[in-house]
Amino acid sequence: MSGVVALGYASSWGAALVRISPYTFSAIGIAISIGVSVLGAAWGIYITGSSLIGAAIEAPRITSKNLISVIFCEAVAIYGVIVAIILQTKLESVPSSKMYDAESLRAGYAIFASGIIVGFANLVCGLCVGIIGSSCALSDAQNSTLFVKILVIEIFGSALGLFGVIVGIIMSAQATWPTK
Amino acid sequence: MYGFEALTFNIHGGYLEAIVRGHRAGLLTTADYNNLCQCENLDDIKMHLSATKYGSYLQNEPSPLHTTTIVEKCTLKLVDDYKHMLCQATEPMSTFLEYIRYGHMIDNVVLIVTGTLHERDVQELLEKCHPLGMFDSIATLAVAQNMRELYRLVLVDTPLAPYFSECLTSEDLDDMNIEIMRNTLYKAYLEDFYKFCQKIGGATSEIMSDLLAFEADRRAVNITINSIGTELTREDRKKLYSNFGLLYPYGHEELAICEDIDQVRGVMEKYPPYQAIFSKMSYGESQMLDKAFYEEEVRRLCLAFEQQFHYAVFFAYMRLREQEIRNLMWISECVAQNQKSRIHDSVVYMF
Repeated sequence: MSGVVALGYASSWGAALVRISPYTFSAIGIAISIGVSVLGAAWGIYITGSSLIGAAIEAPRITSKNLISVIFCEAVAIYGVIVAIILQTKLESVPSSKMYDAESLRAGYAIFASGIIVGFANLVCGLCVGIIGSSCALSDAQNSTLFVKILVIEIFGSALGLFGVIVGIIMSAQATWPTK
Repeated sequence: MYGFEALTFNIHGGYLEAIVRGHRAGLLTTADYNNLCQCENLDDIKMHLSATKYGSYLQNEPSPLHTTTIVEKCTLKLVDDYKHMLCQATEPMSTFLEYIRYGHMIDNVVLIVTGTLHERDVQELLEKCHPLGMFDSIATLAVAQNMRELYRLVLVDTPLAPYFSECLTSEDLDDMNIEIMRNTLYKAYLEDFYKFCQKIGGATSEIMSDLLAFEADRRAVNITINSIGTELTREDRKKLYSNFGLLYPYGHEELAICEDIDQVRGVMEKYPPYQAIFSKMSYGESQMLDKAFYEEEVRRLCLAFEQQFHYAVFFAYMRLREQEIRNLMWISECVAQNQKSRIHDSVVYMF
C-alpha cells in the first residue's frame, strides 16, 4: 500500500493497472505463449495439409517430401511449449508485502512480454510456413525441380519463429523477483 | 479482404483447388498434339490417347471408331471431373461451379427448340445435348410453340428462369427469334455471373472480371459480324450486347452501326488488347478471327493458374478442357477425312 502512495498516480487507471498482481500478468503471458503458438501451428498445418492431400491424388510422389512443410509448422508449436515451460520455472513466490514492489512488477511484466513475443511471432511464422507449404505442394506436383527452391523460402519463413523465441528467452532471463 | 484470402481459403477450397490443378497437369501438351497430328486413322488416335488421362474412357470402345464417339467419351471425362468437384464443394464455390453449366443449358435449350422447329425427333436431339447442360423436363421443350409457353411450361423451374424476363414475347419461334433468344439469355447469364463474381470479391472477382469481359466482348464482335446483312436492326443489335467489358459503352455504340468487317476492324483496333488480335489477320479475312479469339482466350485462361486461392481456376480448367475437346474433334475429323494438311488451321495449342 505504501509503495502505491509513493508513486503518486494522478489517474485512477494508472493506479488500477499497478494494482493488478504481477502473477496475473505472468500467467496470462505463459498462456499466450503456448496458446497462440499452437494456434499458429494448427492454422499453418491445415493450410498446407489440405493442398497436399488434394495434390497427392494426381502426383503421389510428393507426399513424403512435402511432409517437411508440416514438420516446420509443428516446430512452431514446440517452440511455444518450450518457452512456456521456461517461463513457468521463472515464477517464484514473494511475500505479500513485496508483491507490488517495482521489482516484482518488472518480473511480472517481463514474463508477460516474453509470452506475447513468442506467441505472436509463432502465430505469423506458422501462417507463413503454412501458406508457402501449400504452394510448395502444388508446384512440386507440376514440376519436381521446384521443391528444393521453395523449401529455401520456407526455411527463411521458419526463422521468424526462432527470432521470437530467442528474444522471448532473453526477456524472461531478467524476470528476477525480489528476494525475501 | 483482398490479399488475405490465403488465410482462410483452404478451409473449404484447398482440397478442390489442389485437385483441379492436378487435372490441369493432365491437359494435352504441344508434344501430344504433334503425335496426334501424325496419326493415320482413328485407331492410332485412340492408341495415343490411351497414354493420356482419356485412356480409361476410350479403352473399351470397339473399332471401327467414329469421331463422335471419341468426342463423347472425352466429354464424359469432363463431366465426371466436374461432378466430382461439384459434389464436394461448399458455398460459395458450389454456386460458382453451377454458374459454369448455365451456358451449356442455354445451348441445349436452343438446340432442342431449333431441332423441333425443323421437325427432328426429340430423342435424337436429346442425344446431341451437352451432358453438363441437362436438366429434368428438358424433353418437354419440344412441346412449346412460343417463348411464353417455353417459359411457363419448362423454364420457370430451372435456374435459367431469371434470365427470361427480357425475352418474354408471344411471338412464334422461328430461326431469327431463336438466335435472338439465345443471345439475350446469354447476355443475362453473363451479367449475372459477373455480378456474382463481384460479390465474391478478392482475386476471384479480379480474374473472372477479366475473363468474362473478354467473353462479353468476343460475343459482341461475333453478334456484329453475324448480323451484318440480316434484318436485325441497329437497336436490336445493341440490345444484345452485355453491359460490361472493355467495349462498354462506347465500343458498343460504334459496333452497332458497323455494316462490314473492315468497319468492325476499325472499331476494334482502338482497343490495344484487340488490336493485337486483329493485326494478325490481313484485310478482308474473317475465317482466322475465330481461331485468333480462341488463342487469346486460351492465353488468358492459362494465366488464371498463376495465382492461388481463388475460384477462377475451376472456370479456367473447364474452358481449357472444352477447347481441348474441340481440338480433338478437329484432329479426328481431319484424320478421318484424310485432310491432314488442314489440321493446323484450327488446333489451338495450350502449353
